[in-house]
Amino acid sequence: MTLRAKTAIAGLGQTRMGKVFDHSSPTGFVVEAVKLALDDAGLKKSDLDGLLVNPGIAWTNTAMASVVMQQVMGLRDLRLSATMGLGGATAGAMIMYAAQSIAAGMANVVACVFADYPLKPPSPEKKAGSGSAGAYGFARGLEAAYGQFGINAQYAFVARRHMSLYGTTNDHLGEIAVAQRKWANMNPAAQFYDTPMTTADYHASRWVAEPFHLFDCCLVSNGGLAVIVTSAERAKSLKHPPVYILGMGQGHPGGDPIDTLASGAPIAKESAFKMAGIGINDVDFCELYDCYTFTVLVTLEDYGFCKKGEGGPFVTGGRIGPGGALPVNTGGGQLSSFYMWGMTPISEAIVQIRGEAGKRQVPKHEIGLVSGNGGILATHSTLVLGSNP
Amino acid sequence: MPQVAKPVPAVTPELKDFFAGARTGHLMVQKCEECGYLRFPAYEFCSNCWSKRSSWVPVSGRGEIYSFNIMHQVYHPGFAGEVPYAVVVVKLEEGCKMVSNLIGVAPDRIKCGMPVEVVFEKLTDEVSIPKFRPRESQ
Repeated sequence: MTLRAKTAIAGLGQTRMGKVFDHSSPTGFVVEAVKLALDDAGLKKSDLDGLLVNPGIAWTNTAMASVVMQQVMGLRDLRLSATMGLGGATAGAMIMYAAQSIAAGMANVVACVFADYPLKPPSPEKKAGSGSAGAYGFARGLEAAYGQFGINAQYAFVARRHMSLYGTTNDHLGEIAVAQRKWANMNPAAQFYDTPMTTADYHASRWVAEPFHLFDCCLVSNGGLAVIVTSAERAKSLKHPPVYILGMGQGHPGGDPIDTLASGAPIAKESAFKMAGIGINDVDFCELYDCYTFTVLVTLEDYGFCKKGEGGPFVTGGRIGPGGALPVNTGGGQLSSFYMWGMTPISEAIVQIRGEAGKRQVPKHEIGLVSGNGGILATHSTLVLGSNP
Repeated sequence: MPQVAKPVPAVTPELKDFFAGARTGHLMVQKCEECGYLRFPAYEFCSNCWSKRSSWVPVSGRGEIYSFNIMHQVYHPGFAGEVPYAVVVVKLEEGCKMVSNLIGVAPDRIKCGMPVEVVFEKLTDEVSIPKFRPRESQ
């Protein structure tokens, strides 16, 4: 039995995202996002029988987040519940778990939700460490003695090694940043909707941890994002055309990313493409996890759009931007729209496949390739989503 | 403004032998007693064969710059006067990698592949930490 097109995404709920303080904690964003997703699908709270939760970094109870949220939301008699944690690959993995459970007859309507609240409201006495440096600036063991703090610094090691081995440059990374900003300038939900960026702006942006400029790094956002997964049959009777789940796969390579310089995409692609019955040339557009510009470059290589090490030349010349041959991160991605971890690429794929992307709608949107990535290229999820079963 | 010290690593039980070596100028890594796999940082288990039996052994202290970054943000006040500064990954001749600093080379002159050797910086009577400096390649 194949799971190809047995299930579909029927609802999408996005709260306001960015420097927003509409709720006092991540749980408020969960409730709002799930309500919006149910409304979008034309379903009610009582239709839900599954809740999968990916807590962000600002949660206080991460071990039992889905159980806490069930109580907060007053959900009764669930058939599926889990708190999941694979970093940026979690969103894709939640959808896989939901789809598998629905196909197996264990659940009918499952909400998958991410929410976070890393940014605190501005206050007269600004406390140190309230921004992204405070939220993500941890150090491990001995490394603090050398000034090695945070994820940026670790990812920078991998990018630098790629540059040294393959000749990748900041011009290449800048191509990705500028292309995604152009997409964001057509996405009203993007934090950088009103802010264009040139190549010169990219190079002039401050260094964070070389080789990363500020605009190589994703945003930090408050907010919540939920999707509703149900059977393909049920999805057909709901408000929007179904977004079919055609292929699913995961890949978690292990080892040291400074050696491998690769994500888990080659592993995940095998199962996802086989299930979907597609090849790389069938992909109309990509929504690739982009904690950094560099992650997009590596993921393009790992899926086989180009050879290993040739991601830089591949993205050059506007290939992945608006009007390019391969549209990538068409809502601006996490670099320029909003940072909802793996939910960012999934949400944009839903909007594109439904044909609701307005000015940024890509001409061909039957098959979208969606990646999630967590840790330092440690975890990976691949979803193939499509408009036709 | 008063100068704030950089973080001094804690001499935890698992790193006791590492710091004992460092105090006397020896760079130590963990060796699996079962399969011989060398590892750093320290772990309770060998990731290769899952054995818990391990010892600390001295290594040459020679290696090369495998990768590096240049840090521009101040995450700890002890580094406020140093930004931008480089953090390097050294690949030792024995195969282990270590995060450290490179002494005597401006950040914008660092290149992957530079041959380096260990030197020890004394932070307290108890704690010295390995850093690296360029060496002539052979």
